[in-house]
Amino acid sequence: MLLIDCPVCGQRSEDEFRCAGQAHLVRPGPPDAVTDEAWSAYLYQRTNLKGVSAERWLHEFGCRRWFNILRDTLTHQILHVYPVTQARRPEETGGGE
Amino acid sequence: MTAARPWRRYSGLSLLRAGFERQRGWPPAFIDATPQSSYDVVIVGGGGHGLATAYYLARHHGVRRICVLEKGWIGGGNTGRNTTVIRSNYFFPESAALYDLSLRLYEGLSAELNYNIMFSQRGVWMLGHSRHDEEILRRSANAMLLNGVDAEFYNDAETHRRIRGLHPNPSFPIRCGLLQPRGGVARHDAVAWAYARAASRLGVDIIQNCEVLGFEISDGRVRSVRTSRGDIRAPVVGLAAAGHSSNVAGLAGLSLPLTSYALQAFVSEPVKPVLDTVLITSATGVYLSQSDKGELVIGGGLDLFPSYAQRGSLPNMERSAAGVLELFPQFSRLRFLRQWAGICDVSHDSSPILSATEVEGLYVNCGWGTGGFKAIPAGGWLFSHLLATGRSEARARAFTLERFLTGAMIDEAGAAAIAH
Ligand SMILES: Cc1cc2nc3c(=O)[nH]c(=O)nc-3n(C[C@H](O)[C@H](O)[C@H](O)COP(=O)(O)OP(=O)(O)OC[C@H]3O[C@@H](n4cnc5c(N)ncnc54)[C@H](O)[C@@H]3O)c2cc1C
Ligand SMILES: [Zn+2]
Repeated sequence: MLLIDCPVCGQRSEDEFRCAGQAHLVRPGPPDAVTDEAWSAYLYQRTNLKGVSAERWLHEFGCRRWFNILRDTLTHQILHVYPVTQARRPEETGGGE
Repeated sequence: MTAARPWRRYSGLSLLRAGFERQRGWPPAFIDATPQSSYDVVIVGGGGHGLATAYYLARHHGVRRICVLEKGWIGGGNTGRNTTVIRSNYFFPESAALYDLSLRLYEGLSAELNYNIMFSQRGVWMLGHSRHDEEILRRSANAMLLNGVDAEFYNDAETHRRIRGLHPNPSFPIRCGLLQPRGGVARHDAVAWAYARAASRLGVDIIQNCEVLGFEISDGRVRSVRTSRGDIRAPVVGLAAAGHSSNVAGLAGLSLPLTSYALQAFVSEPVKPVLDTVLITSATGVYLSQSDKGELVIGGGLDLFPSYAQRGSLPNMERSAAGVLELFPQFSRLRFLRQWAGICDVSHDSSPILSATEVEGLYVNCGWGTGGFKAIPAGGWLFSHLLATGRSEARARAFTLERFLTGAMIDEAGAAAIAH
């Protein structure tokens, strides 16, 4: 059971939240220069890390704000909660992007 | 690789005969092998898919030197953790062909492998609770019939008559039911053990406690597999690692269109026979059946965040219990006896991947997500064809990695038992 520290509302139970998967994906562009391979990778390929992973979360049944979480997918420990606008800090990366 | 391995046929007569030696003379069901330095084909993952692949490779394709590498014990992954529902009531023709091949193979499996997998075709019901559910189920029924899969559609009264004990007036009223009579359940461990025993008899080396740690790749071709028990050379390597597919493929520098989630199962304390079929109801997000031991076997939706922890979260447990009580309030005093989770490799279109990769000689069998137990015979059958010939069998052609490039998805997401 996750207790997630929403930056606006504070600690709330996981069933108020929705996880939207891997954070920091960058949409390739401009559109007419994007290869099928790059587009497919952007849409479908995921690092799917076992270990520390950066994720986007939404406080769906709360303030409805988006934010990022650095979370260990094996232990479920949440290491860091940070704004979506913030780049991932290199010292806290646990694996490939 | 030893030539003749000890083997004794399982039958009433052999059981009786072994009784005279106090059941002590049985050879082990399969040989717990030690790795050789090279094989013709290495399969990574000793779940149902890996073991079935090894069996069909030896049986149908005459491949001689095969091993299955399992980091723990065989069947200790999702194959030994699932709720064992077998059905082929999928929507798209490609899926129906795949899953119905599997169901047909299951029908003859106990006899073929000389191992009682306890396949019980007690029927699988999908319940509809609203006009919209009913429309979708009618559409499913029509698709199933067009795909040559058995389907029977029943109205509310008939559904209540056929499924004993359903709440007569639940808050999600039952409007209709779609039954696949040939669907059912089987004993999950037995499926792994049966394939292991049959493969071992044909000379396949089943190697447990052997974790794959890397690959040696040169000139774009796989050369050998690095394991916790040494390097093993092989020109062909097949991955069947379910929830860990991304990690294992990652060791070869590949990235797959998968996300791993925990799926939970719950088992109640045993009671006398109360439910003689399998029920799936998406409105309450739950499905259930009763095991031969009398336990209710209950499943729900995924814990919807990536996870490699085989334990699961509490909110889903509560939802599943609530879903069961919605249909059967009389179960309210039953206690959960056990709970666990397995890690499911979910693809974007909820369809499996049976495919070559960018690395020559390296193939993947993955993406079965929450529904690959029912597909073990077909997965093994089709993957062995791919490993032996380098080409997809007709029924596997739509399931390669190429669909993520061309966009030709087989979007079964809406047709999953419990949508995710
Ligand atoms: C709770 C639950 C309920 C389910 N219910 C159903 C159901 O009712 N019906 C249905 O059809 N499906 C169901 N499924 C899905 C089904 O269990 C799986 O799709 C299927 O078992 C996958 O089989 P597999 O052989 O590919 O994987 P697994 O049985 O998981 O085997 C993969 C093996 O690979 C091994 N492995 C991983 N990494 C390595 C490595 N580096 N080196 C060596 N070995 C490695 C693992 O230890 C594991 O044993 C359910 C799943 C769960 C978790
Ligand atoms: Zn909030």
